[in-house]
Amino acid sequence: MDQLTHLQRLEADSIQIFREAAAESERPVLLYSVGKDSSVLLHLAMKAFYPAIPPFPLLHVDTTWKFRAMYEFRDKLVAELGVDLLVYQNPECLARGINPFDHGSALHTRMWKTEGLKQALDRNRFDLAFGGARRDEEASRAKERVFSIRTAEHRWDPRQQRPELWHLYNARKRPGESVRVFPLSNWTELDIWQYIHREQIPIVELYLAAERPVVRRDGTLIMVDDERMRLDSDEIPRLRSVRFRTLGCYPLTGAVESQARTLPGIIQEMLLATGSERQGRVIDHDAAGSMERKKQEGYF
Amino acid sequence: MAHATGALAATDIDAYLRGHEDKSLLRFITCGSVDDGKSTLIGRLLYDAKLVFSDHLAALERDSRTVGTQGGDLDFALLVDGLSAEREQGITIDVAYRFFSTERRKFIVADTPGHEQYTRNMVTGASTADLAVILLDARKGMLAQTRRHSFLVSLLGIDHVVLAVNKLDLLGYSAEVFAAIEAEYRAFAAGIGLRHVTCVPVSALRGDNITRRSPNTPWYDGPSLIEHLEAVEVADEAHNRPFRLPVQWVNRPNPDFRGFAGQITSGSVRPGDRVRIVPSGRESTVARIVTADGDLGASVAGQSVTVTLADELDISRGDVIAAACDPPAVADRFDTDLVWMGEEPLRPGTPYLLKIGTRTVGARIATPGHLIDVNTGEHVPADTLALNEIGSCAIELDAPIPFDTYRDNRDTGGFILIDRITNTTVAAGLLRAARRGAANIRWQAASVSKQTRAGQKGQRPAVVWFTGLSGAGKSTVANLVEKRLHEKGFHTYLLDGDNIRHGLNADLGFTDRDRAENIRRVAHVAALMADAGLIVLASFISPFRADRELARNLLGEQEFIEVHLDLPLAVAEARDHKGLYAKARRGELPNFTGIDSPYERPESPELRLNASGALDAETLADAVVERLGAAGVLRPPAAM
Ligand SMILES: Nc1nc2c(ncn2[C@@H]2O[C@H](COP(=O)(O)OP(=O)(O)O)[C@@H](O)[C@H]2O)c(=O)[nH]1
Repeated sequence: MDQLTHLQRLEADSIQIFREAAAESERPVLLYSVGKDSSVLLHLAMKAFYPAIPPFPLLHVDTTWKFRAMYEFRDKLVAELGVDLLVYQNPECLARGINPFDHGSALHTRMWKTEGLKQALDRNRFDLAFGGARRDEEASRAKERVFSIRTAEHRWDPRQQRPELWHLYNARKRPGESVRVFPLSNWTELDIWQYIHREQIPIVELYLAAERPVVRRDGTLIMVDDERMRLDSDEIPRLRSVRFRTLGCYPLTGAVESQARTLPGIIQEMLLATGSERQGRVIDHDAAGSMERKKQEGYF
Repeated sequence: MAHATGALAATDIDAYLRGHEDKSLLRFITCGSVDDGKSTLIGRLLYDAKLVFSDHLAALERDSRTVGTQGGDLDFALLVDGLSAEREQGITIDVAYRFFSTERRKFIVADTPGHEQYTRNMVTGASTADLAVILLDARKGMLAQTRRHSFLVSLLGIDHVVLAVNKLDLLGYSAEVFAAIEAEYRAFAAGIGLRHVTCVPVSALRGDNITRRSPNTPWYDGPSLIEHLEAVEVADEAHNRPFRLPVQWVNRPNPDFRGFAGQITSGSVRPGDRVRIVPSGRESTVARIVTADGDLGASVAGQSVTVTLADELDISRGDVIAAACDPPAVADRFDTDLVWMGEEPLRPGTPYLLKIGTRTVGARIATPGHLIDVNTGEHVPADTLALNEIGSCAIELDAPIPFDTYRDNRDTGGFILIDRITNTTVAAGLLRAARRGAANIRWQAASVSKQTRAGQKGQRPAVVWFTGLSGAGKSTVANLVEKRLHEKGFHTYLLDGDNIRHGLNADLGFTDRDRAENIRRVAHVAALMADAGLIVLASFISPFRADRELARNLLGEQEFIEVHLDLPLAVAEARDHKGLYAKARRGELPNFTGIDSPYERPESPELRLNASGALDAETLADAVVERLGAAGVLRPPAAM
């Protein structure tokens, strides 16, 4: 019992971050994206405030283009846990029918997610938002703070970030400013999977391999999740055994061919894998440094 | 990403998972001067741990050919050198965290590039590290930087140090060179109190003694770097120290449950243990240790838990639940070491906020006793501390706090200082000892003036003068403004017409002469209070322009802010909360402003607000606070 394991240490530190952030803010919210990192985030939040439920709602900034399985999973889980969920869909996107086919992935993502997030935070006057980003995801995140101050316009000013020492987080801010808090900062992808396995945390079934209808487009396997998918005349959906490493809008999320139908199977494939996690995410290919730019614009 | 895979993962994943869920975690920091090979070393660790994916590796091979320094061979430094690009973009580079794991342990590496901000960055990275790897170039031997890194490591209380003597390949793997450096370093390290030192001869570039022991150094019989990092026992002494649980959060889901949540910073606890609440001094017994996974029979340092007690005690965030037999001391004056991290230097005597554990209190810092030269460890006289300087300072807090010295407990003896106006973290501090009495604290030496008085309060003095008809809402708005300023930590005073007329000006009536005298006295009182360093809110009808000008002249343009609450007489009269207009109309109140005595509108007040009811008092108060901000009143005073 003397030495905590790495998962115990990560868990305890994340819980400490949740409690600290909740204690030092007035209107916190948890950004819930339905993916595996969100699942872990929510699980840790439940633990941090047990036996109470977390003293903040979940916010799903929706695009209407997520996989159907994600919506089902979300609604079922929220009902089971008894937590509050706010779903926000940018009304301008709804009105103008913004979609990845006509408007391209960059505009689609900026309008639904970046703008949607800002609107949702402003309208609800949330002053602190928990997010599931990890430092190992990308070089530009390696130096990201656990508590990250955003201006009233939600911009990330790299020059204004505060040093973080010991377990002491400084969440003080001026009126209008807000804080993004990343309790999973020190987790790696492998930690996330091992923890999901150890804790039996529910995740969307799309992470496990199954026969799914897909088409190959620009070298990426895209699942035909509903009738809104626009197919070229020569594109015929075929059933293949695939799974997803990250989840987002289905027309923008690449699948990988896999036979891993269990959690240990996924972990095994990942351990033996040779490509890094985000290859399956179309949005990252746009340009180098794109994540940095998105962050400055307020997309996480 | 970033994990070494054994054959086990391929053949028996379940066995692999069982083993790997129980790894321990080691956090370390790497320190080295530019070109000692730090990036190469970290790149090599990541590469050898097989945590470089094919896409990254392809990029590495490509970049090694184009921008590498190794003539087309793999340049491992490129794996971690994303940061140089950022420097060019002017982005603050401080600490980057990198992750890898081996069959036995998971590692978090704090990498602190940059030399200008070196002290700040290194201290930040070191604050969470269990161990430090100090790198030096064998050709250069021990340099001033090596001493500086070691000194900071020892200051931050990191007990375990690895000296990696790098680039030995360039010296023919000379045993003599290594032995000489090792001897010199050990002598130095002992002198500054580093207890566990391991020296490893390496070539980061060629991979000697990084993961495996190298055939090139047959004379060396110690572990490779990774072997040492995997095996070193840092299971820190926090476990053997007395129990401490700083309360983060009081959990009250229903009237029957009252739990105190926090992360145990030292020791261990079991149900039935006697505990004392500090600072209140009340005692009770631990009833349960509640977690979402069921109650625990015991828990130890590092765990986040929720405890319930046998007795109903009033406990809140910031209190510490501690072993009753060995509780922390409580004090409000300390000797500390400060590492200054703010762009603006320390302002002695000015209030800052100090956050320690889960408690935040106001703090004043005395002029430093001395500054510590990080290259030599020597003490140098100093008046203040600038960015990256380290000094010993006495601190006085607004309220007593429970504490352990930093030496005893990094988590309850380390603190940060926060600037009250900008909210930035300006210093890291280490509690060294409590002080008895304040006799020898050296505050600001200069003679006491308006500026120093205000500086001590962390503010600029000002008089905000609210004028307007009776019923305009002056007192309501002034009250709200005072409340807002007070919440932000400003020192204020509200002078209100009604109050003053009951005391100081009880002898005055409402004739023109008496009105003028009323305002003259009030203006002087306000000026005296501003001289004391306060932000004064004066709320008076003050109908005559000349009287308000007198106040303005007493204070000067800088410090006088006139706020006109503007509304038509008809609206004020219709409002008539106090029934004064009605009385005046009936002739029972002679010389009533607006009825039979004039109100001279301010011509160019600093702020004119529409008080006719279109905006609520909160909005009006917001506007005033915003105007004060624009006028610079809410900025910190200039450095002294
Ligand atoms: N020969 C040799 N060169 C090395 C070794 N380690 C690093 N270097 C070289 O020293 C230079 C500086 O290395 P780098 O890792 O960028 O240094 P940093 O500034 O400390 O990160 C590069 O040209 C490296 O290839 C080593 O062990 N042997």
